[in-house]
Amino acid sequence: MDEGIDAEDVKDASELARVTVTDEEAEEFVEEFNDVLGYFETLDDVPDDVESEGDLENVMRADEPEPSLPQDEALENADETEDGYFVGPTVS
Amino acid sequence: MSVNDEINALVTRCDVGGGEGELDDLTVGVKDNISTEGVETTCGSAVLEGYEPPYDATVVERLKDAGARIVGKTNMDEFGMGTTTETSAHGATRNPVDTDHVPGGSSGGSAAAVASGDVDAALGTDTGGSVRCPAAFCGVVGLKPTYGLVSRYGLIAYANSLETVGPMARDVETTARVLDIIAGPDERDGTCNHGADDYAAAVEEPTADVTIAVPEELLGEAVEDGVRAKFENALETLRDEGATVQEVSMPSLEKALAAYYVIAMGEASSNLARFDGVRYGPGGDGDGWNEAFADARASFGDEVKRRVMLGTYALSEGYYGDYYDKAQNARALVRRDFEGVLDEADVVASPTMPLTPFEIGEALEAPMQMSLADATTTPVNLAGVPSISVPAGRADGLPVGLQLTAGRFEETKLLRVARAFERAQ
Repeated sequence: MDEGIDAEDVKDASELARVTVTDEEAEEFVEEFNDVLGYFETLDDVPDDVESEGDLENVMRADEPEPSLPQDEALENADETEDGYFVGPTVS
Repeated sequence: MSVNDEINALVTRCDVGGGEGELDDLTVGVKDNISTEGVETTCGSAVLEGYEPPYDATVVERLKDAGARIVGKTNMDEFGMGTTTETSAHGATRNPVDTDHVPGGSSGGSAAAVASGDVDAALGTDTGGSVRCPAAFCGVVGLKPTYGLVSRYGLIAYANSLETVGPMARDVETTARVLDIIAGPDERDGTCNHGADDYAAAVEEPTADVTIAVPEELLGEAVEDGVRAKFENALETLRDEGATVQEVSMPSLEKALAAYYVIAMGEASSNLARFDGVRYGPGGDGDGWNEAFADARASFGDEVKRRVMLGTYALSEGYYGDYYDKAQNARALVRRDFEGVLDEADVVASPTMPLTPFEIGEALEAPMQMSLADATTTPVNLAGVPSISVPAGRADGLPVGLQLTAGRFEETKLLRVARAFERAQ
């Protein structure tokens, strides 16, 4: 199988996915990525004009305010909060 | 250390619920990706260490209302991504039948807790076989309900279009009793609006004239001899009970596993974006937003990183048409094949897993081999139909499961056939 993906591509995907991987990890992932993407080639001959039936329907409720999770409960698992808000990292 | 500690099925112990009700005779374990108010819920991941949900999942609320005693959270592959329950941040779970082997996954803790007697029943979740595989590997019953029969509210999402919450127990009747409680419409889950039947009351009813379809694609070379022999025995048992068995072909099943992985990884890459260390879980370090998020998410295990990155890659510009569109088309073909076969037959039968449980450590060395073992279970999730694994004896001392699959919302029929098989064993 041709080497579709190299360590640089893995690093690119890791940046897009916001997951830090070390250079060593990226090297390790190369072979596994190629194995999996190679296996996905099984799908190459799937026809592209398959009609998928629409048996799903929208479920609506009246657009009226209802109580939701109280603010203090929503915040209780956060590392850091301030005045009822989550504190996130600096946007540089 | 007791035997049950060595098995490592329960990662957090608790004691909630337990009033009067239809399930007040049962202790129940709940998979660690289902929200339990005030009880740590980690999805088997370091990124959710210490997270205590402020609310109950609908299924948990219903169990408590029915008087079930919830005694613990069960171990799982991190975020449900695995077939062995070895990728958990809480360490591997072992198979109670033989502790040198894995319990299956990803709901391995639920299956092991049921098999070892830690609990009477458990909730698992099934995205590509995660209830049925461990049920088969541990020798218990596990049901993946029709997509839309059981609420997913409070289930921490991995792949929304595929996953379901399902009951596991040592017998079909208990499985049906738990389903009776958790099934039925929930206004907090827009996909869950189908009425439920009275399952436990129906399981003992006779099942004369059942037609069983056996797809040749699920009996290929990958099926181990010992498993094949047990499956042939199971078909014989069903014939003795009056069933007609017919071989069928479902060509789309050859494409199902690849389609499943494209869709599951794609949905995972989007769903797991929420774990940024700001609202829950330990925060990351770093200069700025992207760096801190990426650092918090560096605590994902290898399998989760692999799937999130592959999902991101497959959905990125230029590749979307090659992977995701193709996968959706394959999914439609799988659905169509199930509909076609189930128009003629009552249930589809196959081995639940093509092999007996891996040895501990074996699958971690070969992630692709582990994934290929999901070929018999994943098509069911693409089609959204209900499917059950029932114990069908042992091969080389290790449990083998019979997988039975019916049409959408035909759980009553499915449980009846499963019960007839169980009774005749």
